[in-house]
Amino acid sequence: MNRIYLDYSATTPLAPEVFEAMRPYLTEHFGNASSIHGFGREAKVAVEAAREKLAAALGAQPQEIAFTSGGTEAGNLAIFGVAGTFAEPRHGVTSRIEHPCVLNSCSELEERGWKITYLEPDATGMISAQAVAEAIRPDTALISIMHANNEVGTINPIAGIAKLAAERKILFHTDAVQAFGKLPLDVRQIPVSLLSLSGHKIYGPKGMGALFVRRGVKLQPLLFGGHQERDRRAGTENVAGIVGLGKAAELMMADQAAESERLRALSENFWQRVQKIFPNATMNGNPASRLPAVLNLSFPGFESTALLMSLDLQGIAVSNGSACSSGSVEVSHVLRAMKLPRERAVSALRFSFGKYTTEAEIETTLEALEKILQRKSKSN
Amino acid sequence: MHRNSELIHKVNLSPGTGETVVVAMSGGVDSSVAAALLHEHGYRVVGITLNLWDYHASGGNFNLESGCCSIDTMADARAVCHKLGVPHYVSDFREIFDRSVQQNFIDEYFVGRTPNPCVRCNTFIKWGALLQQTEDIGASFLATGHYARTHFHAANNRWALLRAVDEQKDQSYALWGVRQEALARTIFPLGDLTKPEVREIARTLGLKTAEKKESQEICFIPDNDYRRYLRERAPETVAEIGGGDFIDANGHQIGAHQGFPFYTIGQRKGLGLALGRPIFITAIHPDTNTIVVGDDDDLRHSDFIVNSVNWGSLYCPPDGTAVSCKIRYRDAGAPARLFDAEPHHVRVHFDTPQRAITPGQSAVFYDGEVVVGGGVIDQFINDQIRK
Repeated sequence: MNRIYLDYSATTPLAPEVFEAMRPYLTEHFGNASSIHGFGREAKVAVEAAREKLAAALGAQPQEIAFTSGGTEAGNLAIFGVAGTFAEPRHGVTSRIEHPCVLNSCSELEERGWKITYLEPDATGMISAQAVAEAIRPDTALISIMHANNEVGTINPIAGIAKLAAERKILFHTDAVQAFGKLPLDVRQIPVSLLSLSGHKIYGPKGMGALFVRRGVKLQPLLFGGHQERDRRAGTENVAGIVGLGKAAELMMADQAAESERLRALSENFWQRVQKIFPNATMNGNPASRLPAVLNLSFPGFESTALLMSLDLQGIAVSNGSACSSGSVEVSHVLRAMKLPRERAVSALRFSFGKYTTEAEIETTLEALEKILQRKSKSN
Repeated sequence: MHRNSELIHKVNLSPGTGETVVVAMSGGVDSSVAAALLHEHGYRVVGITLNLWDYHASGGNFNLESGCCSIDTMADARAVCHKLGVPHYVSDFREIFDRSVQQNFIDEYFVGRTPNPCVRCNTFIKWGALLQQTEDIGASFLATGHYARTHFHAANNRWALLRAVDEQKDQSYALWGVRQEALARTIFPLGDLTKPEVREIARTLGLKTAEKKESQEICFIPDNDYRRYLRERAPETVAEIGGGDFIDANGHQIGAHQGFPFYTIGQRKGLGLALGRPIFITAIHPDTNTIVVGDDDDLRHSDFIVNSVNWGSLYCPPDGTAVSCKIRYRDAGAPARLFDAEPHHVRVHFDTPQRAITPGQSAVFYDGEVVVGGGVIDQFINDQIRK
């Protein structure tokens, strides 16, 4: 069975170019980047070259990049790193639609005495800069609002939020795991303090992420050990992973505009065609401000788990809710926060496209979807 | 190997021609073998493990996490499916399980009855929500690792549930609630096998679950302490009910109890009464929070009412229909006759009085190996009063 992968928001395949870039650092160039000898030097050079590539993709300085084990660690380092610099608990602002790595870090901060304001999104899943401004208190020390949402693809007005946070001298972290490499973001234009990103969402390796830490922002480290990553992240560098992340970022930047346009047209076509097949389908999210390659669609009258299984039985991979450890799914906290009617929330599927998605795959998927939707209509 | 392949083909399965069948997989040896047998016989198998409840929500001893619904058992089911080369999913039915099974379990004790949650899980979850999902994904059949069989009676155009060939393992008692249209879509691949044969097949096929031990009786109470569960799930109700009196058949108070929900008909141990002879709980009166105790003879009754009836091989059989009636899981059954049959109701008369007819438990009526019907015991009719 030819399989079709339409779950690029969950993870992406490693780009062959990335794999080739990583290979020498998994084999002959195995040195420890902290070693003084030649083996160490070649590893260190590779790490710093990757740091430069990643920095360039963000408009950052190389020393503002700290490599981590992934998006979750980057988010944790941002939140607990900032919190650790305050002697007394303070106030933080975040939203109900954040990734669990931010939400659960914030609830842990609450355990430690912090007060957290969780902003409700509008019906399209968006958090306004106005809402953030209204939540700020005299003791607010940290704002964490994601750049683009992983489930519905809605893009938040990060520039406005960053500007108001900077004006009030409050640290602002944005989880850019879904947006990085796909949306233009220059930290010279947008004054975020901290930005977390991940490798495996951009055709890079899993277990690899990074945190942008603006110069002057102090962080308490999560891990204690050696002095790697300017004392922000102890532990021998994952050299191959770092090289892979650098290469992946470079590739994303090389054709960002063109690829975004291709994916936007592809997903727009898919959505138009779905509406012809099933006129009651609805799009969840913000049609005007969304990641080009993410479509969250509801099929009222159906149940998303059954739809997902039916597609998977034909080799087509899509997603509902977020993946969880047991492989089972609850109604998504994002759709709940958007106050989607239950019928829409329980019938929502996320289609996310990527650089290897072809027109032919879209056609096959539409055919399969049509048969599945007809089968149930007949049995009713 | 020859012997084992014989075993695999001893199974009374009509050869599949690629029909899709959903197999409810608990991660145990029985459902693993059920999936493997269907796969061997040419069906297109889809394994589904039900996520029904959370250990942290149910309480008890977390070290006992070994039954269903743990991450480990889901991984076992997934590994078996992977070995067979078939897809596997986890379906989240926690909400409906809580509503239809766990809450009912609590409610029943609070009206002085002794519930049977496995029966409700089969009726409302496996042959309810899961069967619906089976249809939704376009599959033709639902299969489980239960020890039971099905048969279509062409004479009266009805499906019947049959006892398993292995009488030690027969689970038809817990399956009486499966409706006609659901039975028509059900496959029990293990109905002709004994447990040792099932383990042997699992070993032959190299299934990692071959040596797994049996699961406990009530999955969501892993420590088997339903009193602890009631106290934790409904502390206010338990406090409100409070303690009450043990009384004898004449209404004389002879002791104090901790609240009627913590006792069950026929119970002898843990009453805290020393009367110099064996005494048993013979009736529970929730309205007055009193519990009647008496001798073994006082426990025996001939007549009782069954509600929520689901008819099997016969529909509303005529008065006097002779059956063998089981009133608990571990029970050989006793000769009885059915009266006043209605679509969801029947009165049962045992030929000889039976011990501890317990409201809330299931009564299942057999004609030989065939399940005629079943239902929930509503009340027994006190012979003394009736006379």
